[in-house]
Amino acid sequence: MLQLSNLLKASFTSIMKNRMRSLLTSLGIIIGVSAVIVMVGIGSGSQKRIAKEISSLGNNMIIVFPAFSMRGGVSRGAGSFNRMTMEDVEAIREEATQVQYVSAVVMSAGQVVGNGNNWSTSVQGVDPEYQHIRVWEISSGEFFSDRDVRTLKKVAVLGKTVADKIFGSMDPIGQKIRIRNTPFKIIGVLKEKGQDARGQDQDDIVYAPSTTVLYRLKGDRYVNSINASAVTLESIGKAQEEIMTILRREHKIEPGQNDDFNVANQTAITEMASETSRIMTMLLGAVAAVSLVVGGIGIMNIMLVSVTERTREIGIRMSVGARGQDILTQFLLEAVVLSVTGGIIGILLSFGIALILNNWTTVNTSIGSGIVALSFTFSAAIGIFFGFYPARRAAALNPIDALRYE
Amino acid sequence: MNAVITTSRITKTYQIGEIQVHALRGIDLSVQSGEFLAIMGASGSGKSTLMNLIGCLDVPTSGRYYLDNIDVSSLTKNEYADIRNKKIGFVFQGFNLLSRTTALENVELPLFYDRSRRIKNPKQAAREALERVGLSDRMDHVPNQLSGGQQQRVAIARALVNQPSILLADEPTGNLDSRTSVEVMSVFQELNEQGITILIVTHEDDISRYAKRIIKMRDGHILDDSPIKKATSARQILEIMKEED
Repeated sequence: MLQLSNLLKASFTSIMKNRMRSLLTSLGIIIGVSAVIVMVGIGSGSQKRIAKEISSLGNNMIIVFPAFSMRGGVSRGAGSFNRMTMEDVEAIREEATQVQYVSAVVMSAGQVVGNGNNWSTSVQGVDPEYQHIRVWEISSGEFFSDRDVRTLKKVAVLGKTVADKIFGSMDPIGQKIRIRNTPFKIIGVLKEKGQDARGQDQDDIVYAPSTTVLYRLKGDRYVNSINASAVTLESIGKAQEEIMTILRREHKIEPGQNDDFNVANQTAITEMASETSRIMTMLLGAVAAVSLVVGGIGIMNIMLVSVTERTREIGIRMSVGARGQDILTQFLLEAVVLSVTGGIIGILLSFGIALILNNWTTVNTSIGSGIVALSFTFSAAIGIFFGFYPARRAAALNPIDALRYE
Repeated sequence: MNAVITTSRITKTYQIGEIQVHALRGIDLSVQSGEFLAIMGASGSGKSTLMNLIGCLDVPTSGRYYLDNIDVSSLTKNEYADIRNKKIGFVFQGFNLLSRTTALENVELPLFYDRSRRIKNPKQAAREALERVGLSDRMDHVPNQLSGGQQQRVAIARALVNQPSILLADEPTGNLDSRTSVEVMSVFQELNEQGITILIVTHEDDISRYAKRIIKMRDGHILDDSPIKKATSARQILEIMKEED
C-alpha cells in the first residue's frame, strides 16, 4: 500500500475537487443525523414534561376524606359527617409503617391583606411534611417547622401568585399579612408550580401551620382531609390498609359497620403516567427508526448516483497503475471524512435547533447522548458503506471493464 | 533486435449470456523495441481486445504474453498494476482524464502510484512530459477548458511520464478532427523518433500510414503483417495543411 498520508491527501483533493457531490453526500448525513436527534429530542422533552407534571401532583399520595352521611335516605355529600381530628393524624404518624409522610389539611379561605393590597385566596393549614407530599419547593425563606405547628405559631408560606399580588417585586419574607384579621408573619415563598391538570392555579395559595388555621382561624376541631404518602409506589395498597385500620380503631367503628371516611389514592394517575410514558417511548422508537431509515435512504441515493462517475475514475486510476487496495483505501478514507464531518455538523445543527426551540417556542427538546451516538453511528455507517461499496466492486473489475462501466 | 512484446497463442473469449464470443483466436505477435506499429481492422475484429491485453488492462483467456521478457500472464493482480504503472503508457480514444483536475495533476497521476519512486521529482517530470507534447502553456487547465486535441496530448503526456517501455494508443484520433489527428500523429512520430515503441489501434488508413508496420486483423486472427518502407511524415502533412490555409 502507498503511504497513508498520501492517500489521505488524495482523498481530500478528491473531496475538494468534487465539491457539489461532497456537499450533497454530507448533506444527506447532516439531515439524517439532525432530523433524528431533533425529533427524538422533542419526543423525550415532552415525555420528561409529562413526567414532571405528574410528579408535581405528589409522590405516592393517599388522601383520606370524611365520608358522607345519610339522614333519612338523603345523602348529604362528602364531608357532611366529619370526625377526623389531629389525633387521627398523630396516630397514623406514630403507627403506620408504610407511610412516609402524613399531614392534616385544614381548608379555609379568605381575604389576605398586606402591603396595602388585598387578595382573596385559599388558606390551608398543613403540617411541615405536606411540603414533601405535594413536592413543593421553596424559592426563598423556609417552610414552617413541627415546633411552629405545636406552638400554633402565626406564620405563613405564600404561593407565588399570592406573593406577587400582595407584595409585587418587594421581598415578602419577614412582612406581615392579615388573614381574617389575624396577623401572620411570612417566613417563606414557594417556587412556581403553574396550573394543575384542571387548569387551576396551584400557586394561588397560602399555607400556615395546621393547628394555627384549625384552632385560631376556624375555631374548629375537625380537619378537612388527611394527606399521606406511601414509602414506595408499590406500598400504596399496604399503607392504605394501615391507615384504614388505624382510623377504624380511633373512630371506634365496630366490624360490620361502615367507615366514616374514604381513602383515595393516586394509583390511577400513576398507572396513566407509566402508560403515557410507555406509549411515548414506543412513539420515540418509531420516530427514530423512520428518521434513520429516511436519512439512510437519502445518503444511499447520493452515493449510488455517483457510482458511474466513480467507477470510471477508478478505471482511470487503475489503468495508470493503482492497485486495488490503493483505490479501496482512498475511497474508504473519503467516505469516512465525509461521513464524520457530516455527522459532526449534523449534531451541531441539531443542538442549534434544540436551542432555538427551547428558547423561542413552547416545544421542549431534551437531547440524550444515546440518540446522538446512535444516529451518528448509523448515518456514518451508511455513508461509509455506500461510499466504499462502489469502490470495492469497481476495484475488483479489470481496469478496462471499470473504464467502460455505464 | 530486442523483442519488447511477444505473445504466443493468446485467446480471449467473452461470455455474453449463453453465447461465447471469441474475440481473439490465438495471436502470435512479436514487437521489437523502437517499432511503430498500427493494428487495423473493422470493428469486431479483435484489435481493441488485443490492445487491452497488451496494455495489461485485461487478462487473456489462454496463451502467454511476455513484456520485456517477463511472463505477464502469470502475474498477480498487484503485479499487473505495477506493470501498468512502470512499463506501459496507454492512450484512450475517449482521453479518460480525471475531470476537475488540472493537466499537470492528471499527468502526475501515474507517478503517485509508483511504489519504487524512481522518479524523484514528479511535478518536474510531469511538466517535462507536457512540454514534450507541446502543452507547456496549458498545465493548469482542467480537461473541459481544453480542446479535444489538447486533451489527447495531456493523455499522451500522462502515458509518457513514467518512462514506459511501450506506448499504446487505442483509436487515439477517433474523437478528433482530421487536422488535430495529424497533429497527434506527429507527436507520436516524434516520440518514436526518440526511441519509444508505439502501438496504435485504428480503422483509418489515413492514420495507419504514419506507422512503420501495419497489422490487419479480422475475426480474431492476424490477416496480414507487413512493414511500410517509407512512413508518411505527419510533420510534412501539417506544413502542407498550413500552406493550404
